[in-house]
Amino acid sequence: MHNPQLNAKGELAHLLTLEGLPREIIVNILDTAASFVGVTERDVKKVPLLRGKSVFNLFFENSTRTRTTFEIAAKRLSADVINLNITTSSTQKGETLLDTVDNLSAMHADMFVVRHAQSGAPHMIARHVGPERHVINAGDGRHAHPTQGLLDAYTIRHYKHDFGGLSVAIVGDILHSRVARSLIHVLNILGTPDVRVIGPQTLMPAGVESLGVRVCHDMREGLAGVDVVVMLRLQSERMRGPLLPSAQEFFKYYGLTPDKLAAAKPDAIVMHPGPMNRGIEIDSAVADGPRSVILPQVTFGIAVRMAVMSILGGS
Amino acid sequence: MKLHIKNGRLVDPKNGVDRPVDLFIAEGRVAGFGAPPKGFSAERVIDASGLVVAPGLVDLAARLREPGLEYKATLESEMLAAVAGGVTSLACPPDTDPPLDEPGLVEMLKRRAASLNLARVYPVGALTAKLEGERLTEMAELRDHGCVAFSQADVPLPDTQLLWRALQYAATFGFPVWLRPQDPHVAKGGVAHDGEVATRLGLPGIPAFAETIALGTILALVRVTGTRVHLCRLSAGDSVEMVRAAKREGLAVTCDIAAHHLHLSDMDLGYFDSHAHVVPPFRSQRDRDRLRAGLADGTIDAVCSDHTPVDEDAKQLPFGESEPGTTGLELLLPLTLKWSQESRLPLPQALARVTSDPARILGVDAGHLAVGAPADVCIFDPESYVKIASGTLRSQGKNTPFLGYELPGVVRYTLVAGEVRYEAGG
Repeated sequence: MHNPQLNAKGELAHLLTLEGLPREIIVNILDTAASFVGVTERDVKKVPLLRGKSVFNLFFENSTRTRTTFEIAAKRLSADVINLNITTSSTQKGETLLDTVDNLSAMHADMFVVRHAQSGAPHMIARHVGPERHVINAGDGRHAHPTQGLLDAYTIRHYKHDFGGLSVAIVGDILHSRVARSLIHVLNILGTPDVRVIGPQTLMPAGVESLGVRVCHDMREGLAGVDVVVMLRLQSERMRGPLLPSAQEFFKYYGLTPDKLAAAKPDAIVMHPGPMNRGIEIDSAVADGPRSVILPQVTFGIAVRMAVMSILGGS
Repeated sequence: MKLHIKNGRLVDPKNGVDRPVDLFIAEGRVAGFGAPPKGFSAERVIDASGLVVAPGLVDLAARLREPGLEYKATLESEMLAAVAGGVTSLACPPDTDPPLDEPGLVEMLKRRAASLNLARVYPVGALTAKLEGERLTEMAELRDHGCVAFSQADVPLPDTQLLWRALQYAATFGFPVWLRPQDPHVAKGGVAHDGEVATRLGLPGIPAFAETIALGTILALVRVTGTRVHLCRLSAGDSVEMVRAAKREGLAVTCDIAAHHLHLSDMDLGYFDSHAHVVPPFRSQRDRDRLRAGLADGTIDAVCSDHTPVDEDAKQLPFGESEPGTTGLELLLPLTLKWSQESRLPLPQALARVTSDPARILGVDAGHLAVGAPADVCIFDPESYVKIASGTLRSQGKNTPFLGYELPGVVRYTLVAGEVRYEAGG
């Protein structure tokens, strides 16, 4: 089947998911991101790679943080950025998703950064606009959050240098997590030998092993000897109901505390895609502790998004 | 009209006929075979050389979208699609808008259908008022106005007490009840088979056991009520095993599957192809293989189109928001033939699943070509292939995951009550 995110030459035309991407494309994004980390530390934090291009942030689901990092990344590449918070505009007037996209295409958008509550919405938009305009998935339903997966991979590479001997544990609500799915794909593509997912059965999707992970229901067993711990955000609506009895019980068994972290390697790093629920999935002592790389993740995230945009805009 | 259909291969599964023989039709009925009946003088001769002459297809589920949903399709467009697909009798589920829960609505549908003079339409009445699952419909009254069975279509009936009472009431009058087994609580929010593909695509799942749990409930109620229940659109391999055991036990159950389930699995969702969004969902390849085997051995009685024309706007949405369903009337014969070729089954055995077997479930005199039977005939070329394209579909619904497929079987003529209602290129 034709991979919808590659053009006829096998280059990246859209970034919709990390699943099935060639390793070289991913390594190229990470290497390009490394060159941008310097830019973000300069006094004049701009390069002219996307000058004259228009980037539309199409957020059908609220997200201040992700939208902001995309906006900063685009501006540092000298693009014009237009933010559209669609939950409060056209779709409530009955306009369809593709009508919205057509209208913005007529305004000469070069790139769409799309977040949508429905899995597959960015695929549909990419199919509709064709390869001349570029679509970046900024998170769709439970499906994918590829730039988050890339920034997670960047962070791991930054601290651990190589994926060849690593053990990585992803903890919490795997069922609803696009972050987990994208991270699992990128870790497998980059050759990580041991990827574990930890959580209660209610938060595991059917056949999750088929993604290339080992499932653990016990936190200490799952964290034993790992190099990287990735905590997932638990949405508040999932904390009480059919999936979990309470946030307290979840924290007791699956929250990351210094005590549980002791099972990991002494130099293990702790990551979180944010925003964190302190005292629910992570203890403040860990979140603010010496092994936490949660804030560097945010900084790297801008460089990674610059890399993706510059590669798409330059192709 | 007196018709002479000559040089064709007559395949009549119910009567065990598969041989080259001429067919004579008079006064809307089969008048004879081989030599013309006494005094027969044909007004028209159809040369069926190289063609199969079979009973017209009987489709147990075709949504005609009237009343209420004419923007998706009209009775006229869908009845034309039916005869173009060789379908001469069809049952339409009650999930119209409003649902078929009152005699007046059933009368109107029958009258509209009859005035078009195309295929025969058999309405399936709503089991509960407005399909809301709270109050029984006037089944006996609806039956008197032409409903052949009672059903909830795809609308859930979460109240098992009510289901029990509905089955008891229907059994009182000997009415058949058609049910698609799906536990609404387990299936809640799901849009795809709960398996590796849905996990990868991040689509909320409907587990196979949503079907088998409901099926177990229905079978338990059949055991106590004795109601004749027809199980619609099985999708899970385990369901086939349960029905096999139920039939062995002697329960009065029959079942069908949709033709598209014979060929596709959740792998065909590809990159969120909304044309592959159907109910019940495409399940694993293993499930599909068990459905195919169950149809071959007769555990599954019939194949239907589950024809559901959907307007393009309702499909041009992210997978989970798109309207489920696929157009099917014109694909029923080709998909059945494809299955029989791939399974190396004799043609009569395959055609039985879309003619005599569904006619038996429907309880009407159709699906066979004995002398005196209604002359509902499908004449098709089994060697030609049709490329499925939106431009060639007569249905207003162009929604099918088979677009671009080349499928065997081209319908040349369709006769209903001895009249040519469709003629290829005509």
